Amino acid sequence: MNSLSRRRFLKISGATIGVAAAGSAVLKGTQLLNRKKPSAGVETIPTFCDICFWKCGAIAYVNDGKLWKVEGNPDDPLSNGRLCPRGTGGVGAHYDPDRLKAPLIRKSVRGKEEWVEVTWDEAFTYIAEKMQKIKANYGPEAVALFSHGIGGNFFKHTLKAFGTPNIAAPSFAQCRGPRDVGFRLTFGEDVSSPERTDIKNAKCLVLIGSHLGENMHNTQVQEFAEAIENGASIIVVDPRFSVAASKAKHYLPIKPGTDLALLLAWMNVIVNEKLYDFEYVQKYGFGFEQFAASIQQYTPEWAYPETGIEPELIRETAREMARFKPATLVHPGRHVTWYGDDAQRSRAVAMLNALLGSWGRKGGFYTPVSMDVPSYPYPDYPKSAKGKVDNPDHKYPFAHETITTGIREATITGKPYPVKGWFVYATNLLHALPNEEETIKAIQNLDLLVVIDVIPSEIAGWADVVLPESVYLERHDDLNVEWFREPFVALRQPVVDSPHDQKPNWWMAKKLAEKLDLGHYYPWNDIEEYFEHRLKAAGLSYSELKKKGTIRGAKQPIYFDEGVPAEFPTPSGKIEFYSLQLQQAGFDPVPKYNRPAAGPPGYLRLLYGRAPVHSFSRTQSNRVLMDMMNENEVWINTNIAARFGLKSGDYVRLKNKDGVVSNRIKVKATERIRPDCAYMVHGFGHNAKGLTFAYGKGASDAQLLTRYITDPLMGGTASNMNFATMESEVA
Amino acid sequence: MARLGMVIDTKKCVGCMDCVVACKTENNVPEGYNKDWIVQETKGAFPTLTTEIRSERCNHCDNPPCVSCCPTGASHVHELGKVVLVTKNECIGCKACVASCPYDARFIHPDGYADKCTFCIHRVEKGLDPACVSVCPTHCMYFGDLDDPNSQVSRLLASRKNHSLMPEVGTQPRIFYLR
Amino acid sequence: MHELTTTRSNPQIDPSLHIWGWEIPVYLFLGGLVAGIMIISGYFLFKGRYKHSYFSCFWLPHISLVLLSAGMFALFLDLEHKLYVWRLFTTFKVASPMSWGSWILILVYPTLLASTLTRVPPAFQNRIKLFDKVSAFINQRPQLVKNIGVLSMIVGAILGMYTGVLLSALGARPLWNSSILWVLFLTSGLSAAAAFVHLITDDKYERELLAKADNGFLIFELFLFAQFIIGLLSSTQVHQNAAHLILSGPYAAVFWVFVIGMGIIVPLIIQLLAVNHKVQHTPVAPIMVIVGGLILRFVIVDAGQFSRWTIAGF
Ligand SMILES: Nc1nc2c(c(=O)[nH]1)N[C@H]1C(S)=C(S)[C@@H](COP(=O)(O)OP(=O)(O)OC[C@H]3O[C@@H](n4cnc5c(=O)[nH]c(N)nc54)[C@H](O)[C@@H]3O)O[C@H]1N2
Ligand SMILES: Nc1nc2c(c(=O)[nH]1)N[C@H]1C(S)=C(S)[C@@H](COP(=O)(O)OP(=O)(O)OC[C@H]3O[C@@H](n4cnc5c(=O)[nH]c(N)nc54)[C@H](O)[C@@H]3O)O[C@H]1N2
Ligand code: SF4
Ligand code: SF4
Ligand code: SF4
Ligand code: SF4
Ligand code: SF4
Ligand SMILES: [Mo]
Repeated sequence: MNSLSRRRFLKISGATIGVAAAGSAVLKGTQLLNRKKPSAGVETIPTFCDICFWKCGAIAYVNDGKLWKVEGNPDDPLSNGRLCPRGTGGVGAHYDPDRLKAPLIRKSVRGKEEWVEVTWDEAFTYIAEKMQKIKANYGPEAVALFSHGIGGNFFKHTLKAFGTPNIAAPSFAQCRGPRDVGFRLTFGEDVSSPERTDIKNAKCLVLIGSHLGENMHNTQVQEFAEAIENGASIIVVDPRFSVAASKAKHYLPIKPGTDLALLLAWMNVIVNEKLYDFEYVQKYGFGFEQFAASIQQYTPEWAYPETGIEPELIRETAREMARFKPATLVHPGRHVTWYGDDAQRSRAVAMLNALLGSWGRKGGFYTPVSMDVPSYPYPDYPKSAKGKVDNPDHKYPFAHETITTGIREATITGKPYPVKGWFVYATNLLHALPNEEETIKAIQNLDLLVVIDVIPSEIAGWADVVLPESVYLERHDDLNVEWFREPFVALRQPVVDSPHDQKPNWWMAKKLAEKLDLGHYYPWNDIEEYFEHRLKAAGLSYSELKKKGTIRGAKQPIYFDEGVPAEFPTPSGKIEFYSLQLQQAGFDPVPKYNRPAAGPPGYLRLLYGRAPVHSFSRTQSNRVLMDMMNENEVWINTNIAARFGLKSGDYVRLKNKDGVVSNRIKVKATERIRPDCAYMVHGFGHNAKGLTFAYGKGASDAQLLTRYITDPLMGGTASNMNFATMESEVA
Repeated sequence: MARLGMVIDTKKCVGCMDCVVACKTENNVPEGYNKDWIVQETKGAFPTLTTEIRSERCNHCDNPPCVSCCPTGASHVHELGKVVLVTKNECIGCKACVASCPYDARFIHPDGYADKCTFCIHRVEKGLDPACVSVCPTHCMYFGDLDDPNSQVSRLLASRKNHSLMPEVGTQPRIFYLR
Repeated sequence: MHELTTTRSNPQIDPSLHIWGWEIPVYLFLGGLVAGIMIISGYFLFKGRYKHSYFSCFWLPHISLVLLSAGMFALFLDLEHKLYVWRLFTTFKVASPMSWGSWILILVYPTLLASTLTRVPPAFQNRIKLFDKVSAFINQRPQLVKNIGVLSMIVGAILGMYTGVLLSALGARPLWNSSILWVLFLTSGLSAAAAFVHLITDDKYERELLAKADNGFLIFELFLFAQFIIGLLSSTQVHQNAAHLILSGPYAAVFWVFVIGMGIIVPLIIQLLAVNHKVQHTPVAPIMVIVGGLILRFVIVDAGQFSRWTIAGF
């Protein structure tokens, strides 16, 4: 296997790959957008999906110039020719009548959603002036960028060129950060996205809250079904009888927040019954003895009162996992910012996998590979003297990406230095970050808030300038050079025209750079030139990619057993059962269990998750997807419902411990959840005026997450520790 | 002559509704209407539960009351695969067929005619699977000739436990659910 | 516990079927009423009463033409694809009660017309030559009048039965799954027709006769209701559930009070007393019978749609 691409994989996160400058060309801005002429009949155009970040290869069907449907691209290894329901419903994004139509500048106070329409040039002039002023007063670092997804690449480029290192996505501190840290501390590598989980080959699959089937990350769900078909033994740990739980051989109805206790008890059984992969642990493990000694107290009997899981069931499931090792995959989860012990819990998951010998093995974690497509040779970015603002003095020593909430805090406090400008690209911070109030407080400290969005989202409502973007079916984006089971590169290309004056991000980022006198960072005129350049350097043909949407490289070995070198870029070079790094930083070298704080009587722990037909807070304006599900429900146990005098279909308002009251939400009284918690789907309960269809439908979990615990290792914001009660609502 | 039917593996179905979305876009089903839908049936008490998840639609019954009750012949059994269809220009919108379907699989299209799942006959004619079948990310839906013992659907039915919906009503539905 | 959830929510289908509003009950009621009238007036024609009884034989067919047309119009209003209504008459579908219905109506109209022409209405007398001629032709042949009477009774009976069969053929609605429904609707039609004549006739003999007949119909109807309900209750769980819709469920109040109480029992008592000369004849009783018959159609059509095979809690 080529360890070259492996090493590059290790560097991908946060790394900026700047190569020598190429001569800057003169731009001919107006020619950049070539309008498509409608052609008669059905036309098919390959592209890739953007309803979430999985980036499935798709084929769009255009009928007489009108977008008809989107299907999976059979050539694409992420979709295998089939999209998830959100991808299939992607057409609704194009047709959404609530879309932003033209650039807007705020005309009254922040948050009032009163605007004047301006031209693109006016918008860029306004933004550039403000940015230069901030730069002059506070330095370029005082402008931060929040960006989520591949569409942000060009804005990142412009802002790096401007001189800021403060670029963050909610996918770290509000999502998979703790997991990647836990795995890094153990194996030296991230699980990353798309996850390197070999679900389809797993003989035993353990899902700890990962609610596959509701969480619709396409390839994972496809592989999950394959595992079911192959008769894999499935173990699901969830306080709620999820869809995945309904497929399980063993369902463990865990008390929320006690997963670490279960993990420790499982490891206790596997170690003490000598069920682990002895050879693997001996060969690759570091500090096994100390680890084994320090988990002795965590017997299944000890775990029982913590987790509510019978000791026998703990033993039985531990043995089940061991029976199928190393093809036992304890899924690392993805959104793991739950209780504040998240990085340590994820580390326990990593260690359990290590005991089972699944890392690097078939049916466990494969080693991802990628196509070598060199990045565009841009000039070097200016180096910041101040460094990043989000994590002063490495308060969170193991954060390897920028912490969104760290930037937010710095914006509020002005420490370690002031932040005065925010760019927000494709992330609805008011729904994505816990504690809205803090976000609004930070916004009020800004001199400039620019939001690039496709719909008038809540965050757009607070902006000074709103830039309307073309949806993914109407634009080019950066190439997707994915780290996956097999190497491939995929192209996103316009399928239809934007209905109004919306523009693609690359065009905006380039225009803005020009306004900032940074035009030399865009040595290409048109994004197609950029593609041609990169693909040529990779020895690939752009015209082929245009036609096929995805070009695959040759399959490569992905398991240790196939010859992939077993490298562990940890300090010891081994799998760390005992972490000196953690010890040195003052943390537990082997995870220790702490009981989560309980809520007041009459309150339920508020849990949240995904519905298969929606993505976060971004699809409630999509009429096709809203037709599938147009409000969320609050799941409560039938007994609790009876106690509150409620039945399915009744409306309530949720009220949290801080007295925050939600929109009205429908009750789902069900046996499918523990009596000590309530569950709702994230993303509903919009209150932005411009979202005429989504407005007021369902309730927002984000609004109720007033409290969070920050993970001391890496700054993740754990939010499964809010509690709510219900107030009846007359329908 | 073929007798087309569907076999759906409830073990694999995750209830994601991709089949529903696909039907919408493929067949231009009006907002608020469904030709297919998802049913989740849960039995037991927490935490000892079973949930069966099913993608449902018109069963293209072998003995379709919706066809026999139709006064104009708009509802009919198509020669291709015995698919139950409605010819919209022959339909007077009397709704007898809607009332006659024990599965409530039909509805009145806003344009005034009875409508329902067509087994995507326009695709089947071209040798394609129905839209819902072809998008399903879990590959849990199978479509084919129930009269051909070698078809995948027949083989699945022969080898796996299965049930159809409310066989007691006697319409002889042609969609089967693997347990 | 048994939880059943569905993502379907089709208009007029979910959470329960409601495709038929007021039009179908009105159509079925008027159809039944006309059927009853045809039987009664046919009987009088057959009996030769047309010579003495001014009212029944003479006016009833004329009124029926209007009532039936009103019923047809209600049906027409219910059609969602009105422009295609002619399709009903370009095919005949043996298995479809609706199709039978449309062809039965083709028989009803000429029958009614023939009855009408036994004596041309005064307004048309000496106006349309053809009518006078045909009328004269018929009147000269008592056997023909008799035959028209028989035809009227037969066609009326078919029409009356059809109004019930239309529903009971829809096996998907458990409440309608009853072999009694056609007799019930026929009897109810007869009863309403009798009440109707009772209500507007000037002829004492006729009033007395029809009040007596009506009492018979009403008693028979009670018996049929009992049969209907016992039949459902002794069938499957689904049918029992359906019966409970009208016995104790959401339709119970209307059913017991308006259909059984005010539609049958109260007028029956009044009319029994009246024919036994304990009280004066009053229009209240026949009006109750007629209204009760109308409400019966509403209850059965509505509750029937509500009844279903799936026991879903949406
Ligand atoms: N309360 C709560 N908070 C959470 C989560 C939760 O479950 N509950 N989940 C967390 C997780 S796991 C994650 S990954 C994050 C996700 O957080 P985000 O990525 O912020 O997700 P969204 O809420 O969907 O916000 C996306 C925004 O991008 C806009 N958008 C969509 N398409 C485009 C486009 O093509 N161009 C541009 N410019 N904008 C676009 C949408 O309109 C929307 O305003 O949230 C985290 N925060
Ligand atoms: N349809 C759809 N799919 C998506 C997304 C989407 O927006 N829509 N977003 C994608 C993204 S970015 C992410 S990060 C993932 C998130 O998806 P996952 O990583 O699968 O989600 P989680 O946040 O872990 O999970 C919610 C589940 O955890 C359970 N849970 C809550 N508390 C606990 C606990 O204390 N212990 C245990 N064991 N379980 C608990 C809940 O009951 C629920 O079933 O989904 C991805 N897939
Ligand atoms: S998982 Fe679904 S929404 Fe996400 S990219 Fe793939 S098809 Fe699109
Ligand atoms: S698309 Fe497939 S998995 Fe999803 S609900 Fe439909 S049948 Fe089930
Ligand atoms: S399911 Fe209903 S609509 Fe479909 S064929 Fe059977 S009876 Fe007719
Ligand atoms: S609604 Fe149309 S298809 Fe249905 S029975 Fe009436 S005429 Fe036939
Ligand atoms: S077969 Fe076609 S019409 Fe029927 S549900 Fe599937 S997609 Fe819809
Ligand atoms: Mo996420």
